[in-house]
Amino acid sequence: MDRLQFSHETPRALGGGRDQAILGVVASGNLEVLMERVLEPDRCEIEITTPLGGYDAVWEAVIADFVERAAPGGVRISINDGGAQPDTVMLRLLQAARMMEGQS
Amino acid sequence: MSEGETGPEALSARRQAGAAMADGKIVAATEATALLEAVIRPGDRVCIEGDNQKQADCLARALAGCDPARVNGLHMVQSGVVLPEHLDIFEIGIADRLDYSYSGPQGARVARMMGEGSLTVGAVHTYLELFARYFVDLTPQVALVVAVSADRDGNLYTGPNTEDTPTVVEATAFKNGLVVAQVNEIVEKVPRVDIPGDRVHFVVEADKPFYVEPLFTRDPGAVTETQILMAMMALKGIYGEYGVTRLNHGIGFGTAAIELILPTYGERLGLKGKVASHWALNPHPSLIPAVESGWVSQVHCFGSEVGMEAYVGARPDIFFTGPDGSLRSNRAFCQTAGLYACDMFIGSTLQVDLQGNSSTVTTGRVAGFGGAPNMGSDPHGRRHPSPAWLKAAEEASDGTDERLMRRGRKLVVQIVETFAEGMAPTFVEELDAVRLARNAGLDLAPVMIYGDDVTHILTEEGIANLLLCRTAQEREQAIRGVAGYTEIGRGRDRAMVAQLRERGVIRRPEDLGIDVLDADRSLLAARSMKDLVHWSGGLYDPPARFRNW
Repeated sequence: MDRLQFSHETPRALGGGRDQAILGVVASGNLEVLMERVLEPDRCEIEITTPLGGYDAVWEAVIADFVERAAPGGVRISINDGGAQPDTVMLRLLQAARMMEGQS
Repeated sequence: MSEGETGPEALSARRQAGAAMADGKIVAATEATALLEAVIRPGDRVCIEGDNQKQADCLARALAGCDPARVNGLHMVQSGVVLPEHLDIFEIGIADRLDYSYSGPQGARVARMMGEGSLTVGAVHTYLELFARYFVDLTPQVALVVAVSADRDGNLYTGPNTEDTPTVVEATAFKNGLVVAQVNEIVEKVPRVDIPGDRVHFVVEADKPFYVEPLFTRDPGAVTETQILMAMMALKGIYGEYGVTRLNHGIGFGTAAIELILPTYGERLGLKGKVASHWALNPHPSLIPAVESGWVSQVHCFGSEVGMEAYVGARPDIFFTGPDGSLRSNRAFCQTAGLYACDMFIGSTLQVDLQGNSSTVTTGRVAGFGGAPNMGSDPHGRRHPSPAWLKAAEEASDGTDERLMRRGRKLVVQIVETFAEGMAPTFVEELDAVRLARNAGLDLAPVMIYGDDVTHILTEEGIANLLLCRTAQEREQAIRGVAGYTEIGRGRDRAMVAQLRERGVIRRPEDLGIDVLDADRSLLAARSMKDLVHWSGGLYDPPARFRNW
């Protein structure tokens, strides 16, 4: 198991009222995403556990694009990867962000 | 090759030699090897009918059982290298040269045997190309074909999987060649005459029914959200924009997803009756919901598909069927239809390079071409216009040419996810095919579709419209701009990609008005194999391995 951590500054807090969202499953080619609204509104921290080593640069690029797209300020994100492809990772992150943006 | 082996007297000699094993034309399966040893001469060109789907497996086993002291030096000319016996005959010295089209399941072994030198490959062809050579310089002296049933005169009924049989028999029988057919049963009268008996010299009653591979069945349960997103982009950004009515689909999950969202998302876009109505396509089970929703006017088929027989038979308004009520397929005609009468090919591939060349050859596997290069190429012999064909050419033009002299363009769309299974990148600097050609000393790299034929590359990141690229550099950046997080994608010139997006050369889902989060499995008209059975009114009968309920 590989563990990766990223920390980003964000321009604003993620909208919506939910404190927590969990989505997806740790199955082959899939992943589980947990989002928790526990940080300062200008921070986003991401921790990834993945069975596949050697893709740090890909993860870094996917996470940077997600942060730019969704501005998930105040959110700690934990990813339990099952060997998902980058597009699936991005999709699950966007889905989880949309859940967080919903009503509490 | 001496005159004697290709003239009418050679055929008489072969027939006479085989007569000892036959009762009239009929030969027992136990005598099949003896028959082949009697009628085949060393050095003959032989076709074992191995199609994309159905296999003359009893005759393939019989040939592999021949004594290499009697039968040797054969030059095999066949479209499919599918069964182990197709390659066993090279290892035991019965055959030494191969010209073929497709070797899906045997791709790894073909690559290994080519490397070891136990197999000399003349060339890997497209189907039409090999069929064409059957009539010019690769005419078989002996053809071993396969059908469902025969009568005692040798009239053959092929059933829905007619596939290559008429072409192989035509080339062989009318050039003094000998035709041996294996059939599942001998009957009093065949349900329909697919091959007239005077072209068939011996009929072997097989020990068991011939094998047919279900190649075109895609379980809707395995279609992913990414594939649905790509299907939405294809429908809105390509089918709708060009008004593509006549088309061919590849066999991947991406195109299955398109078929499955025609009655839902396609309906919502108002495209029914305007796109995807006339097809050169095998009877894909995933097309059933679109057929039942009135999207499809007609479908001509290369072959059939296991389990689709009753459904196709019940829709003679859509499919080509015979007086017996079953599908009549024909690979040569359908390939021609796909080449000349379709405005679009859309299909997947394994590798794409920076010029848009694609290949399904990867290190250690030579899968061959099959028909994709015929479908996925711009036919320079085409002379009839259509709106889609003209629009594509207009986009490729800089506007300074004479409009009436402008040759149209076929739409050739590569629909690929940026990473394949196991995180293998689809986009690469150099195709494995080029490396293979270099290492094996080939004159030509096995390229599936050349970049200059490709008009669009569609990935989960967006659509690159290569028709609108004016320079090689723009083309490369358009490809990098949809290559996602692969090294090729991360190596993009961001400023230039932004400019290309401005010009509509690259279009993201949001540029097409598509919300990525709308790509949901609820858009699939059928979400499981069982749903497909329901849509078919219970007529579709999926193969056992797809029955997951």
